[in-house]
Amino acid sequence: MKKKTILMVDDDMDLRGQMKFFLESSGYEVLEAGGESEAIEYINKNNYDLAVIDLMMENQDSGFVLSHKIKKLDNSKPVIIVTGVTKETGIHFGIKTLEERSWIKADEFIQKDLRFEQLKGAIDKLIGD
Amino acid sequence: MQTLNVLVVDDEFGMRSGIERALRTFSVDFNEFNESVRYCVKTVDNGDDALNILQLSETDILILDHQLPDITGLEILDFIKKENVNVLTIMITAFASLEVAISATRNGAFDFLAKPFTPDDLKTRIKNASERIFLQRKAEKLEKEKNAVRFQFISVLGHELKAPLSAIEGYMFLMQKKTAGENMTNYQSMIDRSIIRLDGMRKMISDLLDLTRIESGNKRREMVEFNFDELLEYCVENVQVDATKRNIDLNVTCPGNFKIKADRDELQMVINNLLTNSVKYNKDGGKVDFSVYGDEYHFVMKCVDTGIGMTEGEQKKLFQEFSRVKNSKTRDITGSGLGLSILKKIITNYQGNVKVDSEKDNGTTFTIKLKRFNDE
Repeated sequence: MKKKTILMVDDDMDLRGQMKFFLESSGYEVLEAGGESEAIEYINKNNYDLAVIDLMMENQDSGFVLSHKIKKLDNSKPVIIVTGVTKETGIHFGIKTLEERSWIKADEFIQKDLRFEQLKGAIDKLIGD
Repeated sequence: MQTLNVLVVDDEFGMRSGIERALRTFSVDFNEFNESVRYCVKTVDNGDDALNILQLSETDILILDHQLPDITGLEILDFIKKENVNVLTIMITAFASLEVAISATRNGAFDFLAKPFTPDDLKTRIKNASERIFLQRKAEKLEKEKNAVRFQFISVLGHELKAPLSAIEGYMFLMQKKTAGENMTNYQSMIDRSIIRLDGMRKMISDLLDLTRIESGNKRREMVEFNFDELLEYCVENVQVDATKRNIDLNVTCPGNFKIKADRDELQMVINNLLTNSVKYNKDGGKVDFSVYGDEYHFVMKCVDTGIGMTEGEQKKLFQEFSRVKNSKTRDITGSGLGLSILKKIITNYQGNVKVDSEKDNGTTFTIKLKRFNDE
């Protein structure tokens, strides 16, 4: 059976590599992008099954911008946003309320420091067999 | 125009109305605080009402009679102390005795007025009290700002130290779970990255210690005369390895036997910072021109690189602690974000200045001008 592919977008090369490694050892394929422009190339090719996107990269709202692009191309494509924004700024974001879901286009919102199993759990839930 | 609230507590009607009249149209300009002030006067004739007002509304200056029908002025001073009321008290006393003045001052009165007094006496005392209030406010504001800067620094420091720890923890976790199997060689890249992050963390802590030592003045500066060109040569050798790896052409121009008097370690930090940044933030195959020139009063170090450059916004934050330019080109460059803060502090200590000219994608020029100390 063909492995499911995750698009992993994070400007922290360590975390990105670690998540890639962990997810590959769990049976997924992983495409890596270190920033917005690299991610957009993959998004346009649309050759992945789920995207995991860091919120703050080159820009404070990189994650929101990318998830909008993804959903515009294919609204059914699952997106997970991961972020340390609350710890860094004290600002709370989430997708719990209708108002938040109206402008944050993501299926899951995970706060850093995230555990790898937690991320895998969220991915399994969205695209697992 | 600011208004200070004055409360007059005296059982003599003449005294209350006299003070109110004197202050009604009185105003003072404090040029040093860039403030003008006028006064809003309330009067009461007994201690009970005075305590109520002190508790419930903001009073800046209290003009307090020593003898009241229901309570003594000293008891009101006691109350102010106990309840921590923020007010400056000027005590009025009919007996210009030293005793009352001493006990009033001991109990927290700021000043006292001996009856009989003229409107001018009163105004002088009010002016002094107002000046004290502005000084206090200024000190409080500075203290608040200092605390805010301190908290911000600690919070950023915490974040910066946590980042490498999280990265290393992640690698440890993957190794602990043996995600790449039993063979140790499969983990080599994880070990290498962990060492790089540990190294970065150690560099950050060492930069932080340098910065605090320089800032606190605890680092003793040893001003000695030495050959600057020799120190420069030594620093260039250190950075040459990284430059060669990336095919960056490093040119140095410095007069021979260029003697200066300075703390050698501090100047080494400045040169190292300039050189490592010009290599780190350069493009592969780029160029760095480092030149030194001077006269008997000053000397200048100029470091021109053909690197990735900075936008105006990025340049503005350049000397802030932990500030690092964050974009796709700098993503994988490590650094403590403290190097240029250290450089700036040292330069200030040498009565010098630093100028930055930069153009995004084209390069950056740092020009540092330092005073040339001599033996006299």
